[in-house]
Amino acid sequence: MTDAAIVDTSGDTRKTGRYVYVSAVVLLCAWVLVPIYFLLINTLSSPDTVNSFPKPFFPEFDLGSLTFFANFAGMLTALKNSVLVAGITMVLSILIGAPAGYALSRFEFRGKELFRLLILLTRAFPLPLLALPLAVMFIRTGLDDTVFGLALVHTTLAIPFAVLITFSLFSGIPLELEEAAWTLGCTRITAFTKVVLPLILPGITASAIFAFVISWNEVFAAAVLTIENRTLTAFLLQNLDTSPLHLKFAGGFILVVPALIFIFAVRKYLFAMWGIANR
Amino acid sequence: MAEIQIKNVAKRFGDYQALHDINLTIADQEFMVLLGASGCGKSTLLRIIAGLETASTGEVWIGGRRVDHLSPKDRGISMVFQNYAVFPHMTVFENIGFGLRMQKLPDEEVTRRVERTATLMHIEQLLKRYSGELSGGQRQRVAVARALAMEPDVILMDEPLSNLDALLRMEMRAELKGVLAESKTTAIYVTHDQVEAMSMADRISVMHEGKIVQAASPIEVYRNPAAEFVAGFIGNPPMNFLKATPVGAGKWSVAGQVVEGPNTGPGPLQFAIRPEDMQLAESGLAATAKVVEPLGAHLLVTCEVEGHMFRAVLDSDMTVRTGETLTLAPLPDRVRWFDPETTLAVA
Repeated sequence: MTDAAIVDTSGDTRKTGRYVYVSAVVLLCAWVLVPIYFLLINTLSSPDTVNSFPKPFFPEFDLGSLTFFANFAGMLTALKNSVLVAGITMVLSILIGAPAGYALSRFEFRGKELFRLLILLTRAFPLPLLALPLAVMFIRTGLDDTVFGLALVHTTLAIPFAVLITFSLFSGIPLELEEAAWTLGCTRITAFTKVVLPLILPGITASAIFAFVISWNEVFAAAVLTIENRTLTAFLLQNLDTSPLHLKFAGGFILVVPALIFIFAVRKYLFAMWGIANR
Repeated sequence: MAEIQIKNVAKRFGDYQALHDINLTIADQEFMVLLGASGCGKSTLLRIIAGLETASTGEVWIGGRRVDHLSPKDRGISMVFQNYAVFPHMTVFENIGFGLRMQKLPDEEVTRRVERTATLMHIEQLLKRYSGELSGGQRQRVAVARALAMEPDVILMDEPLSNLDALLRMEMRAELKGVLAESKTTAIYVTHDQVEAMSMADRISVMHEGKIVQAASPIEVYRNPAAEFVAGFIGNPPMNFLKATPVGAGKWSVAGQVVEGPNTGPGPLQFAIRPEDMQLAESGLAATAKVVEPLGAHLLVTCEVEGHMFRAVLDSDMTVRTGETLTLAPLPDRVRWFDPETTLAVA
């Protein structure tokens, strides 16, 4: 009797646990998906529907808003700028960040701890505080309103993550592997390219994607430092402010979708960065 | 021909002196074991020979060539690491062939050597696997095969068996010894396991606090320890020590018994005897049995002699009861003496 009772309660507990688990998963998914879904509906709706209430649950496939954006002057240039800036940021932050991460993980040097702290401190200052002096400096050096100049600022923002992510990646590779390569005929450089690089490539890719997304989403520096060569975020911020509601939705949709597609395409590497085995 | 000479090698890490003025010559094709507790500098010495660490002072010569300024790849060595260091992104074949590919050997030669060493280490059926699909013992075999495939002058091993379970360790020990003897390379093997050292070595260098205390054949290290440290480190259980005071020329008083010993100065000495070198007899040291452990092959009795711990290994047919007083007679030619001032052996 008592045995049966115990079995029953434990079964109940397990069932309850499962319900909590499933509902938590559903809640989290909804948290992310519902706003995106509404964005999609409103983007694909005619202006009248967007302003009406209640909203329909299925899109009308009215491409009016999107067509408007496609034909809007400067829109494609802004998209191109965004991709360029994010691309340069991605490359630069890895080229600069990965060697720093390697040095932090493999070498002992004076001020190592301070260096790690300082890297993080670059994120402690609010961007507006940095953006104005930067704007002045950029105007003096002629870097203002260029794709490269903005990419430099975004690189600064992305580097702390690049350094710390690659630091933990390199630390995850036992030094013995490198040493084994040295004793088997490798120099420091060939040991790196033949042994370390293949092992951390997924992680490096993830950290590059992270840099890309940071740059893609950044709006403040982009708005301050560029006028003609605006990125998509800065361009939409400037124009959407005064636009009707349906265009705001469409603009938001255009901003979100490329980043989503990009992350979806490389999700495998993101998992690798977080150490989740997905194979 | 690859004789190794280590001349006046010292190593400092900041304020810490890891190695003091090491001098050691290892003959061609010799199997040398560096034995010591952790932190004694044995791994540091091995890494200096490999070129993974730089000596603060001193010289390393391999095969008549000074190598201490060369990088590891130019020293004619290969190394087996404690954690195997098998490359996880390569198959077993690629791992074993890695060093050969770095030497740009032709494909047939690489294949031939990989297959030969793989067969030698009994892993020929695993060549297509990745390291993640191997057990610890198999990984260690790959690591050894990878080192052997290089056909090096010198093979260096840093506690290669310490991550394996006891049974596998015993099996690999015998196998490694055979394979290395056949390969005719000079071998340096670092371990803290005295059984490994005793069973594999041609010569053992016992290290303690950054110095080589004794470098001799296993049986010599066991029978004639050069210092108290060696006597207390080698042997399981280790040697027993008792204080001896002089009572005349070549006569010493040990726990109330007069024992023949060396004819030295007036100071006291340490009397030392291995637990298995004693017999129950009519007269001898009076020892009170405290703990009796039947170990199957023999009987280990932990006793007390004049307040000092004293172990005896007796025949397993004996019955000894706790609290019983035994009369233990040391075998005269197995008694050793140490100077308490210098801790060195006295002849």
